[in-house]
Amino acid sequence: MAEHGLLVDAFVYLAATVIFVPIASRLKLGSVLGYLVAGCIIGPWGIKLVENVESIMHFAEFGVVLMLFVIGLELDPRRLWAMRRAVFGGGGLQLLLSSVPLFGVAMLLGLHWQAALVASLSLALSSTAIVVQTMNERNIQATPVGRTTFSILLFQDIAAIPLIGLVPLLSDQASSESGGPVWLSALKIIAAIAAVVVVGLYATRPTLRFVAKIDSRELFTAFTLMLVVGIALLMSFVGVSMALGAFLAGVLLASSEYKHALETDIEPFKGLLMGLFFIAVGMSINFGLLSTAPLLVLGLLAAVVGFKLVMLRLFAPLFGVSKVQGILFGSLLSQAGEFAFVVFGVAREARILPGNWDAILTLVVALSMATTPLLLVLHDFLAARKTTASKREADVIDSELAPVIIAGFGRFGQIIGRLLFASGLTATVLDHDPDQIELLKPFGFRVFYGDATRLDLLHSAGAGRARAIVVAVDGVDECLEIVDIVRANFPALTIVARARNVTHYIELRKRGVTIIERETFEAALALGRKTLESLGVSPYEVKERSDRFRRHNIAMLEAILPHMADASKRVSLARQAREELEEQFRREQQLLARPESAGWRLDLDDADDSEEAAE
Amino acid sequence: MIDLVFAHPYPKRSRANRILLNAVRDISNLDVRSLYDIYPDFGIDVESEQAALLSAKLVVWQHPLYWYTAPGLMKHWFDKVLARGWAYGEGGSALHGKLCQWVVTTGGDQEAYSATGMHAFNFESFVPVMRQTAEFCGMKWLEPIVVHNAHRVSDKELHAVGRDYRKKLISLATEAQELVVHG
Repeated sequence: MAEHGLLVDAFVYLAATVIFVPIASRLKLGSVLGYLVAGCIIGPWGIKLVENVESIMHFAEFGVVLMLFVIGLELDPRRLWAMRRAVFGGGGLQLLLSSVPLFGVAMLLGLHWQAALVASLSLALSSTAIVVQTMNERNIQATPVGRTTFSILLFQDIAAIPLIGLVPLLSDQASSESGGPVWLSALKIIAAIAAVVVVGLYATRPTLRFVAKIDSRELFTAFTLMLVVGIALLMSFVGVSMALGAFLAGVLLASSEYKHALETDIEPFKGLLMGLFFIAVGMSINFGLLSTAPLLVLGLLAAVVGFKLVMLRLFAPLFGVSKVQGILFGSLLSQAGEFAFVVFGVAREARILPGNWDAILTLVVALSMATTPLLLVLHDFLAARKTTASKREADVIDSELAPVIIAGFGRFGQIIGRLLFASGLTATVLDHDPDQIELLKPFGFRVFYGDATRLDLLHSAGAGRARAIVVAVDGVDECLEIVDIVRANFPALTIVARARNVTHYIELRKRGVTIIERETFEAALALGRKTLESLGVSPYEVKERSDRFRRHNIAMLEAILPHMADASKRVSLARQAREELEEQFRREQQLLARPESAGWRLDLDDADDSEEAAE
Repeated sequence: MIDLVFAHPYPKRSRANRILLNAVRDISNLDVRSLYDIYPDFGIDVESEQAALLSAKLVVWQHPLYWYTAPGLMKHWFDKVLARGWAYGEGGSALHGKLCQWVVTTGGDQEAYSATGMHAFNFESFVPVMRQTAEFCGMKWLEPIVVHNAHRVSDKELHAVGRDYRKKLISLATEAQELVVHG
């Protein structure tokens, strides 16, 4: 019976996901809200298909752990170190700005200062799960807002550890037998983190290599999951957030060659468990309590979301976020997070929170999570109205120019835009980064802030009338997505693409793109020319060699193209790139060996002679 | 096959050359190689240029006259493509027996190209360099098609020259074809 129960539960969750998430996505509300609504409906206050909310929540939190592991994989230690100021400065500031007014509210409601402190600090923390999922869906992680937001979330994950430790100390009962002396638990934490670092740095990679050699995909997946579960258990054992431990492990593996394989294996588990987590949050919304004390609950909800949003909006410049983006920034971090559930649980046991306050606050946290997607929809609506209003002024110029759309205005796209501008043309620019493009407006560029993989944005940027689109975004996947969308929806638009590397070049060619430039090839070739020149080879001869090298190189890429079409997707991108490099070396060797290229080999004696002559 | 080697740095701005080229470009088996369009960086692909010449029976050189000869890239094309051991010298017989048609536009009129005119020589004085280039490679030199005063001559006259140009290329191609069939 028990196994059946498990299967029935699984079926209920999956069915709820399949029904509600597409509806929410179709309505552009984001998948998070879909999950939350699904949870409300199947939960104890809805049609009661599932009752055991707390154990589900506990299990589903593992989704957050996996998510942090995957995020860690994207951040190698050097990048993390570079973020230290944003994490501690920005994170500390956010915690201060949000908790001070909430502390005041709690005192006004008659709570003891200890209770007010615990409540305000835990409500100031946001939900990593909701925010990261939302940022992923909107593809804004790489923008200044996205980066700042993520730094703050990271700080909150760290801050949660002392906060959970603080709760028993504030208790009047001082039930010290639960924890033991502070130095002992601190020692345990340090030992556990040290263990993760040592294992991550020295033991994991050889083990992964060994497991990968056995060449069984399930085994690799099993090992990956075991690794993350093990770290999470170790961390929860010593009282550190499991997510933080997993994040650390991810960072340590970020520079390993198995990064992509790990990511691909974890991805589906992460996605499903995150969904389950949101469903569990939805199920834990206590509608009974809401109906008995609606004013208190909704008032608190407004205070939490309102203060967190407004404070970040007011002080946005201090975080390096532009004022325009302040509302988005505040909305993203406006909810309270999953740590609050844990803290209130501990606080209840330590009898810090009187009466049913822990239930009320838990309800407020769950409701605040549901308000975030709604706030963002509202923000989009207002932002869209603003752009249409400002677009109307620009419309006149619109129809006659901007024959080119540039998607991605970073270091690469910028140069293209400047060349066009110098030739008397303006372009329509699509970019994630509002600060960087702010400078363009005075020069008559039409600038759209946002994600070029969105069809509606391409439409409003005039993709239907433009002649060409330059795809110069940083991300390979994003680039290919844009190319697919443009090919499907604007077949008349000429695609001009920047390729990050050969693999990317081949992917673009497979999609029928013909105007491609590899981002480093021409620059490296130019520097190669200068190297040969510095050896004394005459400049014109060097130019001819490089012309010939380029022609040969492109012909070679075109020649390997048909063989790449069926390459298994399993082969990691890094390995694929390596194989292609080997192939290029082989073919360039053949070029030297061909009888008709006898004169191709460079005789450096010439250069020596000229040097002697110079002396 | 006809290999039409065309050299104009700004083909879209050239009225005379554009009209002439448009008069012939749709002839079947005619391959227009617009050098400034294919090699804007002057990096001529010698192998593919030689392959185009090899497959042709009739070679056309069409360009405006710059400093009494071909534009720079066309001259560069001579230097690179008509290589020793391929077009001339030992083993250099790739072009032997092919026909060579020169089509050139100039800015001056008949009067300018005379002993008393601003160019101090009649036009025929500037032909030998081109002609000898073709003949040194073993090609048969045909009567050139010359359009003087290219900036001022009317569209109508240009179209008339274009029609003659077209007729000549078609008849030469047929002739060459028959040569292949009978020879």
